[in-house]
Amino acid sequence: MAVPATREAVEVVDLETTSLRELNQRLHDLARVSGPQSWRILNPNGAHALACGLDADIEIEIQGHVGYYCAGMNKRATVRVHGNASTGIAENLMSGLVVVDGNVSQSAGATGRGGLLVVRGDASSRCGISMKGIDIVVGGSVGHMSAFMAQKGCLVVCGDAGEALGDSIYEARIYVRGRVASLGADCVEKEMRDEHLAQLAGLLEAAGVDASPADFRRYGSARRLYNFEIDNAGAY
Amino acid sequence: MCGIVGLFAKSTEVEERLGEHLAAMLVQMSSRGPDSAGVAVYRDPAPGDWSKLTLYSADPREHWGAVMDGLRDAFGECEEPSIRASHAVLVVGADAAAAESWVREHRPDLRVMSAGRVIEIYKETGLPEEFAAAFALEDIRGTHALGHTRMATESRVTTEGSHPFSTGFDLCLVHNGSLSNHNRLRENLRREGVEFQTENDTEVAAGYLAWRMREGATLEQALEGCLEDLDGFYTFAVGTADGFAVLRDPIACKPAVLAETDDWVAMSSEWRSIAVLPGAADARAWEPEPAVVYVWEKALV
Repeated sequence: MAVPATREAVEVVDLETTSLRELNQRLHDLARVSGPQSWRILNPNGAHALACGLDADIEIEIQGHVGYYCAGMNKRATVRVHGNASTGIAENLMSGLVVVDGNVSQSAGATGRGGLLVVRGDASSRCGISMKGIDIVVGGSVGHMSAFMAQKGCLVVCGDAGEALGDSIYEARIYVRGRVASLGADCVEKEMRDEHLAQLAGLLEAAGVDASPADFRRYGSARRLYNFEIDNAGAY
Repeated sequence: MCGIVGLFAKSTEVEERLGEHLAAMLVQMSSRGPDSAGVAVYRDPAPGDWSKLTLYSADPREHWGAVMDGLRDAFGECEEPSIRASHAVLVVGADAAAAESWVREHRPDLRVMSAGRVIEIYKETGLPEEFAAAFALEDIRGTHALGHTRMATESRVTTEGSHPFSTGFDLCLVHNGSLSNHNRLRENLRREGVEFQTENDTEVAAGYLAWRMREGATLEQALEGCLEDLDGFYTFAVGTADGFAVLRDPIACKPAVLAETDDWVAMSSEWRSIAVLPGAADARAWEPEPAVVYVWEKALV
Protein backbone atom coordinates (compact mmCIF):
# COMPACT_ATOMS: atom_id res chain seq x y z
CA MET A 1 0.00 0.00 0.00
CA ALA A 2 1.30 3.43 -0.93
CA VAL A 3 2.30 5.85 1.77
CA PRO A 4 -0.20 8.69 2.10
CA ALA A 5 1.23 11.98 0.97
CA THR A 6 1.65 14.81 3.43
CA ARG A 7 -1.12 17.38 3.50
CA GLU A 8 1.17 20.19 2.34
CA ALA A 9 1.94 18.55 -0.98
CA VAL A 10 -0.50 19.91 -3.57
CA GLU A 11 -0.86 17.92 -6.76
CA VAL A 12 -1.26 20.44 -9.58
CA VAL A 13 -2.91 19.27 -12.81
CA ASP A 14 -3.19 21.56 -15.83
CA LEU A 15 -5.98 20.55 -18.20
CA GLU A 16 -4.17 22.34 -21.03
CA THR A 17 -1.59 19.56 -20.90
CA THR A 18 -3.40 16.66 -19.19
CA SER A 19 -6.54 15.10 -20.61
CA LEU A 20 -9.77 15.25 -18.62
CA ARG A 21 -10.06 11.46 -18.81
CA GLU A 22 -6.58 10.96 -17.38
CA LEU A 23 -7.28 13.36 -14.51
CA ASN A 24 -10.62 11.76 -13.65
CA GLN A 25 -9.02 8.29 -13.75
CA ARG A 26 -6.31 9.40 -11.32
CA LEU A 27 -8.98 10.80 -9.00
CA HIS A 28 -11.09 7.64 -9.26
CA ASP A 29 -8.07 5.50 -8.42
CA LEU A 30 -7.94 7.21 -5.01
CA ALA A 31 -11.01 5.17 -3.97
CA ARG A 32 -8.74 2.12 -3.92
CA VAL A 33 -5.16 3.39 -3.63
CA SER A 34 -3.92 6.24 -1.48
CA GLY A 35 -2.33 9.23 -3.17
CA PRO A 36 -2.24 13.00 -3.00
CA GLN A 37 -4.87 14.43 -0.66
CA SER A 38 -4.77 17.95 -1.99
CA TRP A 39 -5.27 18.81 -5.66
CA ARG A 40 -5.34 21.95 -7.73
CA ILE A 41 -6.84 21.84 -11.23
CA LEU A 42 -5.87 24.57 -13.70
CA ASN A 43 -7.59 25.64 -16.96
CA PRO A 44 -10.85 23.69 -16.70
CA ASN A 45 -12.24 25.91 -19.52
CA GLY A 46 -15.77 24.60 -19.11
CA ALA A 47 -14.88 20.91 -19.32
CA HIS A 48 -17.72 18.51 -18.53
CA ALA A 49 -17.86 15.87 -15.79
CA LEU A 50 -14.78 17.21 -14.05
CA ALA A 51 -14.04 15.51 -10.70
CA CYS A 52 -17.11 13.31 -11.02
CA GLY A 53 -17.68 10.11 -9.10
CA LEU A 54 -15.05 10.69 -6.42
CA ASP A 55 -14.92 8.43 -3.37
CA ALA A 56 -12.00 9.60 -1.22
CA ASP A 57 -11.20 12.06 1.57
CA ILE A 58 -9.47 14.56 -0.68
CA GLU A 59 -9.59 18.31 -1.32
CA ILE A 60 -9.79 19.63 -4.86
CA GLU A 61 -9.48 23.27 -5.87
CA ILE A 62 -10.52 24.09 -9.43
CA GLN A 63 -9.23 27.41 -10.80
CA GLY A 64 -11.74 28.58 -13.41
CA HIS A 65 -15.18 27.86 -14.85
CA VAL A 66 -16.42 24.28 -15.13
CA GLY A 67 -18.91 22.62 -17.49
CA TYR A 68 -21.70 20.13 -16.86
CA TYR A 69 -21.99 17.77 -13.89
CA CYS A 70 -18.85 18.87 -12.04
CA ALA A 71 -18.42 16.89 -8.78
CA GLY A 72 -21.45 14.79 -9.64
CA MET A 73 -22.04 11.65 -7.53
CA ASN A 74 -19.31 12.78 -5.16
CA LYS A 75 -18.66 10.88 -1.93
CA ARG A 76 -16.51 12.28 0.89
CA ALA A 77 -14.38 14.65 -1.19
CA THR A 78 -14.34 18.45 -0.92
CA VAL A 79 -14.46 20.18 -4.30
CA ARG A 80 -14.07 23.98 -4.54
CA VAL A 81 -14.72 25.73 -7.85
CA HIS A 82 -13.14 29.18 -8.09
CA GLY A 83 -15.37 30.28 -10.95
CA ASN A 84 -18.83 29.54 -12.35
CA ALA A 85 -20.37 26.11 -12.92
CA SER A 86 -22.65 24.95 -15.69
CA THR A 87 -25.64 22.59 -15.56
CA GLY A 88 -25.83 19.95 -12.84
CA ILE A 89 -23.08 20.93 -10.41
CA ALA A 90 -22.91 18.31 -7.61
CA GLU A 91 -25.66 16.31 -9.26
CA ASN A 92 -26.55 13.29 -7.12
CA LEU A 93 -24.10 14.35 -4.41
CA MET A 94 -23.81 11.49 -1.88
CA SER A 95 -21.66 13.14 0.80
CA GLY A 96 -18.82 15.62 1.14
CA LEU A 97 -18.75 19.32 0.30
CA VAL A 98 -18.94 21.23 -2.98
CA VAL A 99 -18.39 25.01 -2.96
CA VAL A 100 -18.72 27.28 -5.99
CA ASP A 101 -17.46 30.85 -5.69
CA GLY A 102 -19.41 32.14 -8.69
CA ASN A 103 -22.80 31.44 -10.22
CA VAL A 104 -24.21 28.06 -11.21
CA SER A 105 -26.51 27.08 -14.05
CA GLN A 106 -29.58 24.87 -14.04
CA SER A 107 -30.31 21.86 -11.86
CA ALA A 108 -27.63 22.45 -9.23
CA GLY A 109 -27.55 19.60 -6.72
CA ALA A 110 -30.23 17.69 -8.63
CA THR A 111 -31.27 14.39 -6.96
CA GLY A 112 -28.54 14.84 -4.33
CA ARG A 113 -28.63 12.23 -1.55
CA GLY A 114 -26.40 13.88 1.08
CA GLY A 115 -23.52 16.28 1.64
CA LEU A 116 -23.53 20.04 1.28
CA LEU A 117 -23.49 22.23 -1.84
CA VAL A 118 -22.64 25.89 -1.30
CA VAL A 119 -23.08 28.45 -4.10
CA ARG A 120 -21.71 31.90 -3.27
CA GLY A 121 -23.40 33.56 -6.26
CA ASP A 122 -26.75 32.86 -7.90
CA ALA A 123 -28.20 29.54 -8.99
CA SER A 124 -30.31 29.28 -12.12
CA SER A 125 -33.58 27.41 -12.61
CA ARG A 126 -34.45 24.05 -11.04
CA CYS A 127 -31.89 24.33 -8.24
CA GLY A 128 -32.29 21.27 -6.00
CA ILE A 129 -34.73 19.53 -8.34
CA SER A 130 -35.74 16.17 -6.86
CA MET A 131 -33.24 16.57 -3.99
CA LYS A 132 -33.23 13.52 -1.72
CA GLY A 133 -31.20 14.53 1.32
CA ILE A 134 -28.59 16.99 0.08
CA ASP A 135 -28.35 20.41 1.76
CA ILE A 136 -27.92 23.37 -0.58
CA VAL A 137 -27.01 26.89 0.54
CA VAL A 138 -27.18 29.62 -2.11
CA GLY A 139 -25.69 33.00 -1.21
CA GLY A 140 -27.59 34.75 -3.98
CA SER A 141 -30.90 33.99 -5.68
CA VAL A 142 -32.36 30.90 -7.33
CA GLY A 143 -34.32 30.66 -10.60
CA HIS A 144 -37.73 29.23 -11.38
CA MET A 145 -38.91 25.74 -10.38
CA SER A 146 -36.29 25.40 -7.66
CA ALA A 147 -36.77 22.45 -5.26
CA PHE A 148 -39.23 20.94 -7.76
CA MET A 149 -40.35 17.56 -6.34
CA ALA A 150 -37.79 17.95 -3.54
CA GLN A 151 -38.02 14.98 -1.20
CA LYS A 152 -35.53 15.45 1.62
CA GLY A 153 -32.82 17.88 2.69
CA CYS A 154 -32.76 21.68 2.89
CA LEU A 155 -32.55 24.41 0.28
CA VAL A 156 -31.39 27.70 1.79
CA VAL A 157 -31.68 30.82 -0.39
CA CYS A 158 -30.16 34.03 0.95
CA GLY A 159 -31.52 36.10 -1.96
CA ASP A 160 -34.78 35.74 -3.88
CA ALA A 161 -36.53 32.71 -5.37
CA GLY A 162 -38.07 32.56 -8.87
CA GLU A 163 -41.50 31.34 -9.96
CA ALA A 164 -43.05 28.09 -8.73
CA LEU A 165 -40.74 27.49 -5.79
CA GLY A 166 -41.10 24.00 -4.32
CA ASP A 167 -43.63 22.76 -6.85
CA SER A 168 -44.90 19.27 -5.87
CA ILE A 169 -42.54 19.21 -2.90
CA TYR A 170 -42.40 16.24 -0.51
CA GLU A 171 -40.55 16.51 2.81
CA ALA A 172 -37.65 18.82 1.95
CA ARG A 173 -37.39 22.18 3.74
CA ILE A 174 -36.89 25.48 1.99
CA TYR A 175 -35.60 28.62 3.74
CA VAL A 176 -35.66 31.91 1.81
CA ARG A 177 -34.48 35.30 3.05
CA GLY A 178 -35.66 37.43 0.13
CA ARG A 179 -38.73 37.59 -2.05
CA VAL A 180 -40.44 34.52 -3.48
CA ALA A 181 -41.89 35.23 -6.94
CA SER A 182 -44.49 32.49 -6.50
CA LEU A 183 -44.96 29.15 -4.78
CA GLY A 184 -45.53 26.00 -6.82
CA ALA A 185 -48.35 23.50 -6.40
CA ASP A 186 -48.69 22.23 -2.83
CA CYS A 187 -45.86 24.41 -1.47
CA VAL A 188 -46.81 26.67 1.43
CA GLU A 189 -45.15 28.95 3.94
CA LYS A 190 -44.73 27.28 7.32
CA GLU A 191 -44.06 28.42 10.84
CA MET A 192 -40.39 28.93 11.74
CA ARG A 193 -39.96 27.12 15.04
CA ASP A 194 -36.85 26.85 17.24
CA GLU A 195 -35.79 23.57 15.66
CA HIS A 196 -35.85 25.23 12.23
CA LEU A 197 -33.89 28.27 13.42
CA ALA A 198 -31.30 25.93 14.91
CA GLN A 199 -31.11 23.84 11.74
CA LEU A 200 -30.76 26.95 9.58
CA ALA A 201 -28.09 28.43 11.87
CA GLY A 202 -26.10 25.21 11.50
CA LEU A 203 -26.38 25.24 7.71
CA LEU A 204 -25.38 28.91 7.43
CA GLU A 205 -22.39 28.30 9.64
CA ALA A 206 -21.33 25.20 7.70
CA ALA A 207 -21.59 27.23 4.49
CA GLY A 208 -19.65 30.16 5.92
CA VAL A 209 -22.51 32.56 5.23
CA ASP A 210 -23.00 35.52 7.56
CA ALA A 211 -26.78 35.79 7.84
CA SER A 212 -29.30 35.79 10.65
CA PRO A 213 -31.71 32.81 10.67
CA ALA A 214 -34.46 35.09 11.96
CA ASP A 215 -34.50 36.91 8.59
CA PHE A 216 -35.62 33.77 6.72
CA ARG A 217 -39.03 32.29 6.05
CA ARG A 218 -39.69 28.57 5.81
CA TYR A 219 -41.61 26.79 3.06
CA GLY A 220 -42.62 23.16 2.70
CA SER A 221 -45.26 20.72 1.58
CA ALA A 222 -48.96 21.21 2.39
CA ARG A 223 -49.17 17.42 1.79
CA ARG A 224 -52.32 17.81 -0.25
CA LEU A 225 -50.89 15.95 -3.26
CA TYR A 226 -50.02 12.85 -1.26
CA ASN A 227 -53.46 11.33 -1.69
CA PHE A 228 -55.86 11.37 -4.57
CA GLU A 229 -58.78 13.70 -3.95
CA ILE A 230 -61.94 12.83 -5.75
CA ASP A 231 -62.80 16.52 -6.05
CA ASN A 232 -59.81 16.89 -8.43
CA ALA A 233 -60.93 14.12 -10.77
CA GLY A 234 -62.09 16.66 -13.33
CA ALA A 235 -58.57 18.02 -13.64
CA TYR A 236 -57.19 14.81 -15.16
CA MET B 1 -28.79 19.07 -28.69
CA CYS B 2 -27.15 21.46 -31.20
CA GLY B 3 -24.66 24.13 -30.31
CA ILE B 4 -25.03 27.81 -31.07
CA VAL B 5 -22.50 30.58 -30.81
CA GLY B 6 -22.49 34.30 -31.44
CA LEU B 7 -19.70 36.85 -31.43
CA PHE B 8 -20.11 40.62 -31.62
CA ALA B 9 -16.89 42.60 -31.99
CA LYS B 10 -16.47 45.79 -29.97
CA SER B 11 -12.88 46.45 -31.08
CA THR B 12 -11.13 46.47 -34.45
CA GLU B 13 -8.73 43.77 -33.19
CA VAL B 14 -11.63 41.38 -32.77
CA GLU B 15 -13.15 42.43 -36.12
CA GLU B 16 -9.84 41.57 -37.82
CA ARG B 17 -9.85 38.08 -36.34
CA LEU B 18 -13.59 37.44 -36.22
CA GLY B 19 -13.49 34.31 -38.41
CA GLU B 20 -10.61 32.78 -36.49
CA HIS B 21 -12.45 33.27 -33.17
CA LEU B 22 -15.69 32.00 -34.67
CA ALA B 23 -14.01 28.84 -35.96
CA ALA B 24 -12.51 28.15 -32.53
CA MET B 25 -15.91 28.61 -30.90
CA LEU B 26 -17.60 26.27 -33.41
CA VAL B 27 -15.04 23.52 -32.96
CA GLN B 28 -15.71 23.56 -29.22
CA MET B 29 -19.37 22.81 -29.98
CA SER B 30 -18.58 19.67 -32.06
CA SER B 31 -19.94 17.30 -29.43
CA ARG B 32 -23.27 19.17 -29.40
CA GLY B 33 -23.61 19.08 -33.17
CA PRO B 34 -21.43 16.77 -35.28
CA ASP B 35 -23.82 16.49 -38.27
CA SER B 36 -23.34 19.87 -39.89
CA ALA B 37 -22.09 23.36 -39.20
CA GLY B 38 -22.77 26.83 -40.47
CA VAL B 39 -22.05 30.49 -39.91
CA ALA B 40 -23.55 33.86 -40.73
CA VAL B 41 -20.99 36.63 -40.93
CA TYR B 42 -21.71 40.35 -41.15
CA ARG B 43 -18.94 42.06 -43.12
CA ASP B 44 -18.01 44.37 -46.00
CA PRO B 45 -21.38 46.04 -46.70
CA ALA B 46 -22.26 46.27 -50.38
CA PRO B 47 -22.20 49.86 -51.66
CA GLY B 48 -25.31 52.07 -51.53
CA ASP B 49 -28.10 50.53 -53.55
CA TRP B 50 -26.16 47.34 -54.34
CA SER B 51 -26.75 44.00 -52.68
CA LYS B 52 -24.87 40.88 -51.71
CA LEU B 53 -25.97 37.28 -52.28
CA THR B 54 -24.50 34.07 -50.90
CA LEU B 55 -25.25 31.21 -53.29
CA TYR B 56 -24.76 27.47 -52.85
CA SER B 57 -24.25 24.95 -55.61
CA ALA B 58 -24.39 21.17 -55.20
CA ASP B 59 -22.06 20.93 -58.19
CA PRO B 60 -18.44 21.13 -56.99
CA ARG B 61 -17.39 22.31 -60.48
CA GLU B 62 -19.95 25.10 -60.61
CA HIS B 63 -18.95 27.79 -63.09
CA TRP B 64 -19.61 30.88 -60.97
CA GLY B 65 -18.34 33.15 -63.72
CA ALA B 66 -21.43 32.28 -65.75
CA VAL B 67 -23.67 33.35 -62.86
CA MET B 68 -21.78 36.64 -62.64
CA ASP B 69 -22.18 37.16 -66.40
CA GLY B 70 -25.91 36.53 -66.12
CA LEU B 71 -26.26 39.06 -63.30
CA ARG B 72 -24.22 41.60 -65.30
CA ASP B 73 -26.48 41.14 -68.30
CA ALA B 74 -29.54 41.63 -66.11
CA PHE B 75 -28.40 44.49 -63.86
CA GLY B 76 -25.33 46.00 -65.51
CA GLU B 77 -22.94 45.39 -62.65
CA CYS B 78 -21.73 42.42 -60.62
CA GLU B 79 -18.37 42.00 -58.95
CA GLU B 80 -16.17 38.91 -59.41
CA PRO B 81 -17.51 36.08 -57.25
CA SER B 82 -15.77 35.38 -53.95
CA ILE B 83 -15.75 31.59 -53.67
CA ARG B 84 -15.54 29.52 -50.49
CA ALA B 85 -15.93 25.75 -51.05
CA SER B 86 -19.48 25.11 -52.33
CA HIS B 87 -20.59 28.72 -51.80
CA ALA B 88 -20.00 31.98 -53.67
CA VAL B 89 -20.68 35.57 -52.66
CA LEU B 90 -21.77 37.92 -55.43
CA VAL B 91 -22.10 41.67 -55.01
CA VAL B 92 -24.64 42.94 -57.52
CA GLY B 93 -25.67 46.39 -58.74
CA ALA B 94 -29.32 45.82 -57.86
CA ASP B 95 -31.44 45.62 -54.75
CA ALA B 96 -31.48 42.32 -52.90
CA ALA B 97 -35.04 41.40 -53.88
CA ALA B 98 -34.36 41.85 -57.58
CA ALA B 99 -31.03 40.00 -57.46
CA GLU B 100 -32.53 37.10 -55.48
CA SER B 101 -35.52 36.82 -57.85
CA TRP B 102 -33.20 36.70 -60.84
CA VAL B 103 -31.26 33.77 -59.36
CA ARG B 104 -34.43 31.88 -58.49
CA GLU B 105 -35.82 32.36 -61.97
CA HIS B 106 -32.70 31.78 -64.06
CA ARG B 107 -30.72 29.41 -61.86
CA PRO B 108 -33.22 27.33 -59.86
CA ASP B 109 -30.47 24.73 -59.35
CA LEU B 110 -28.66 27.19 -57.05
CA ARG B 111 -29.77 27.88 -53.50
CA VAL B 112 -29.81 31.44 -52.15
CA MET B 113 -28.31 31.07 -48.67
CA SER B 114 -28.52 34.75 -47.83
CA ALA B 115 -29.44 38.07 -49.38
CA GLY B 116 -28.93 41.58 -48.12
CA ARG B 117 -26.15 44.14 -48.03
CA VAL B 118 -24.00 42.82 -45.22
CA ILE B 119 -24.73 39.18 -44.43
CA GLU B 120 -22.89 36.11 -45.78
CA ILE B 121 -23.99 32.58 -44.86
CA TYR B 122 -21.91 29.44 -45.23
CA LYS B 123 -23.08 26.00 -44.15
CA GLU B 124 -22.29 22.39 -44.94
CA THR B 125 -22.67 18.87 -43.60
CA GLY B 126 -19.79 17.39 -41.62
CA LEU B 127 -17.84 18.13 -38.50
CA PRO B 128 -17.32 21.78 -37.48
CA GLU B 129 -13.55 21.40 -37.79
CA GLU B 130 -13.81 20.16 -41.40
CA PHE B 131 -16.29 22.93 -42.19
CA ALA B 132 -14.05 25.65 -40.75
CA ALA B 133 -11.09 24.39 -42.80
CA ALA B 134 -13.04 23.92 -46.05
CA PHE B 135 -14.48 27.42 -45.86
CA ALA B 136 -11.25 29.05 -44.61
CA LEU B 137 -13.11 30.75 -41.78
CA GLU B 138 -9.88 32.01 -40.25
CA ASP B 139 -9.52 34.52 -43.12
CA ILE B 140 -12.86 36.18 -42.48
CA ARG B 141 -13.05 39.65 -41.02
CA GLY B 142 -16.34 41.14 -39.90
CA THR B 143 -18.31 42.97 -37.24
CA HIS B 144 -20.42 40.14 -35.86
CA ALA B 145 -21.23 36.53 -36.57
CA LEU B 146 -23.40 33.62 -35.57
CA GLY B 147 -22.60 29.93 -35.77
CA HIS B 148 -24.41 26.66 -35.40
CA THR B 149 -23.42 23.02 -35.00
CA ARG B 150 -26.28 20.66 -35.71
CA MET B 151 -27.40 17.38 -34.22
CA ALA B 152 -30.37 16.71 -36.49
CA THR B 153 -33.67 15.69 -34.93
CA GLU B 154 -36.61 16.69 -37.11
CA SER B 155 -35.32 16.90 -40.68
CA ARG B 156 -32.60 15.45 -42.88
CA VAL B 157 -28.87 16.08 -42.67
CA THR B 158 -28.32 18.11 -45.82
CA THR B 159 -26.62 21.37 -46.69
CA GLU B 160 -30.05 23.00 -47.07
CA GLY B 161 -31.22 21.68 -43.70
CA SER B 162 -28.10 22.99 -41.99
CA HIS B 163 -28.33 26.20 -40.03
CA PRO B 164 -28.21 29.24 -39.95
CA PHE B 165 -31.41 30.16 -41.77
CA SER B 166 -32.07 33.50 -43.33
CA THR B 167 -35.54 34.39 -44.51
CA GLY B 168 -35.18 38.15 -44.59
CA PHE B 169 -32.55 40.50 -45.94
CA ASP B 170 -29.54 40.58 -43.62
CA LEU B 171 -31.54 38.66 -41.02
CA CYS B 172 -30.33 35.43 -39.56
CA LEU B 173 -31.32 33.13 -36.73
CA VAL B 174 -29.62 30.18 -35.03
CA HIS B 175 -31.62 27.98 -32.73
CA ASN B 176 -31.05 25.35 -30.10
CA GLY B 177 -34.29 23.55 -29.31
CA SER B 178 -37.42 22.51 -31.16
CA LEU B 179 -40.67 24.25 -31.98
CA SER B 180 -43.99 22.43 -31.77
CA ASN B 181 -46.29 24.83 -33.64
CA HIS B 182 -44.10 25.41 -36.68
CA ASN B 183 -46.38 23.75 -39.25
CA ARG B 184 -49.38 25.93 -38.47
CA LEU B 185 -47.20 29.02 -38.16
CA ARG B 186 -45.51 28.28 -41.50
CA GLU B 187 -48.88 28.16 -43.22
CA ASN B 188 -49.95 31.43 -41.61
CA LEU B 189 -46.70 33.11 -42.63
CA ARG B 190 -46.98 31.81 -46.21
CA ARG B 191 -50.30 33.59 -46.43
CA GLU B 192 -48.43 36.74 -45.40
CA GLY B 193 -46.04 36.21 -48.31
CA VAL B 194 -43.08 34.77 -46.40
CA GLU B 195 -41.29 32.10 -48.47
CA PHE B 196 -39.81 28.93 -46.99
CA GLN B 197 -37.34 26.57 -48.61
CA THR B 198 -37.44 23.64 -46.15
CA GLU B 199 -39.71 21.90 -43.63
CA ASN B 200 -37.39 22.96 -40.81
CA ASP B 201 -38.82 24.47 -37.61
CA THR B 202 -35.99 26.98 -37.23
CA GLU B 203 -36.64 28.43 -40.66
CA VAL B 204 -40.17 29.22 -39.45
CA ALA B 205 -38.81 31.17 -36.47
CA ALA B 206 -36.53 33.11 -38.83
CA GLY B 207 -39.51 33.73 -41.14
CA TYR B 208 -41.60 34.93 -38.22
CA LEU B 209 -38.95 37.49 -37.23
CA ALA B 210 -38.58 38.64 -40.84
CA TRP B 211 -42.34 39.12 -41.12
CA ARG B 212 -42.62 41.04 -37.84
CA MET B 213 -39.74 43.34 -38.79
CA ARG B 214 -41.16 43.84 -42.30
CA GLU B 215 -44.37 44.95 -40.56
CA GLY B 216 -42.41 47.58 -38.67
CA ALA B 217 -41.34 45.89 -35.44
CA THR B 218 -37.87 46.49 -34.07
CA LEU B 219 -35.65 43.46 -33.49
CA GLU B 220 -36.51 43.69 -29.80
CA GLN B 221 -40.27 43.86 -30.45
CA ALA B 222 -40.12 40.98 -32.93
CA LEU B 223 -38.35 38.82 -30.35
CA GLU B 224 -40.88 39.74 -27.68
CA GLY B 225 -43.53 38.53 -30.13
CA CYS B 226 -41.80 35.11 -30.20
CA LEU B 227 -42.68 34.68 -26.54
CA GLU B 228 -46.37 34.96 -27.49
CA ASP B 229 -46.47 33.18 -30.83
CA LEU B 230 -43.88 30.40 -30.72
CA ASP B 231 -44.54 27.21 -28.81
CA GLY B 232 -41.58 25.02 -27.95
CA PHE B 233 -38.08 25.07 -26.58
CA TYR B 234 -35.60 27.56 -27.85
CA THR B 235 -32.50 29.52 -27.26
CA PHE B 236 -32.15 31.92 -30.19
CA ALA B 237 -29.25 34.02 -31.33
CA VAL B 238 -30.27 36.53 -33.98
CA GLY B 239 -28.21 38.73 -36.28
CA THR B 240 -29.24 41.79 -38.26
CA ALA B 241 -27.11 44.15 -40.35
CA ASP B 242 -26.25 46.17 -37.26
CA GLY B 243 -27.42 44.06 -34.32
CA PHE B 244 -27.09 40.89 -32.35
CA ALA B 245 -29.72 39.51 -29.96
CA VAL B 246 -30.35 36.54 -27.67
CA LEU B 247 -33.63 35.12 -26.39
CA ARG B 248 -34.55 32.01 -24.36
CA ASP B 249 -38.04 30.63 -23.97
CA PRO B 250 -39.75 31.06 -20.57
CA ILE B 251 -38.97 27.50 -19.47
CA ALA B 252 -35.32 27.88 -20.49
CA CYS B 253 -34.37 24.21 -20.71
CA LYS B 254 -31.91 24.92 -23.49
CA PRO B 255 -28.58 26.18 -22.27
CA ALA B 256 -27.02 29.58 -22.91
CA VAL B 257 -24.22 31.63 -21.51
CA LEU B 258 -23.34 35.24 -22.28
CA ALA B 259 -20.03 36.96 -21.66
CA GLU B 260 -18.76 40.46 -22.30
CA THR B 261 -15.42 42.26 -22.24
CA ASP B 262 -14.34 45.66 -23.57
CA ASP B 263 -13.52 43.93 -26.86
CA TRP B 264 -16.45 41.58 -27.50
CA VAL B 265 -19.82 40.18 -26.53
CA ALA B 266 -20.15 36.42 -26.91
CA MET B 267 -23.00 33.97 -26.61
CA SER B 268 -22.77 30.22 -26.60
CA SER B 269 -24.57 27.07 -25.56
CA GLU B 270 -21.64 26.36 -23.27
CA TRP B 271 -18.73 28.12 -21.63
CA ARG B 272 -16.24 25.92 -23.53
CA SER B 273 -16.74 28.05 -26.67
CA ILE B 274 -16.23 31.30 -24.84
CA ALA B 275 -13.17 30.07 -22.97
CA VAL B 276 -11.22 30.11 -26.26
CA LEU B 277 -11.68 33.89 -26.72
CA PRO B 278 -8.94 36.35 -25.69
CA GLY B 279 -9.52 37.70 -22.19
CA ALA B 280 -12.30 35.19 -21.45
CA ALA B 281 -10.99 34.43 -17.98
CA ASP B 282 -11.70 38.02 -16.93
CA ALA B 283 -14.95 38.45 -18.86
CA ARG B 284 -18.23 39.26 -17.14
CA ALA B 285 -20.18 36.03 -17.64
CA TRP B 286 -23.83 35.32 -16.90
CA GLU B 287 -26.69 33.05 -17.84
CA PRO B 288 -29.37 34.91 -19.81
CA GLU B 289 -32.69 35.06 -17.96
CA PRO B 290 -35.66 33.16 -19.39
CA ALA B 291 -38.00 35.25 -21.58
CA VAL B 292 -35.70 38.29 -21.55
CA VAL B 293 -34.51 39.86 -24.82
CA TYR B 294 -30.84 40.87 -24.92
CA VAL B 295 -29.81 43.17 -27.79
CA TRP B 296 -26.53 44.75 -28.85
CA GLU B 297 -26.41 47.15 -31.78
CA LYS B 298 -23.77 49.12 -33.61
CA ALA B 299 -23.77 51.88 -36.16
CA LEU B 300 -23.93 50.44 -39.67
CA VAL B 301 -20.88 51.35 -41.75
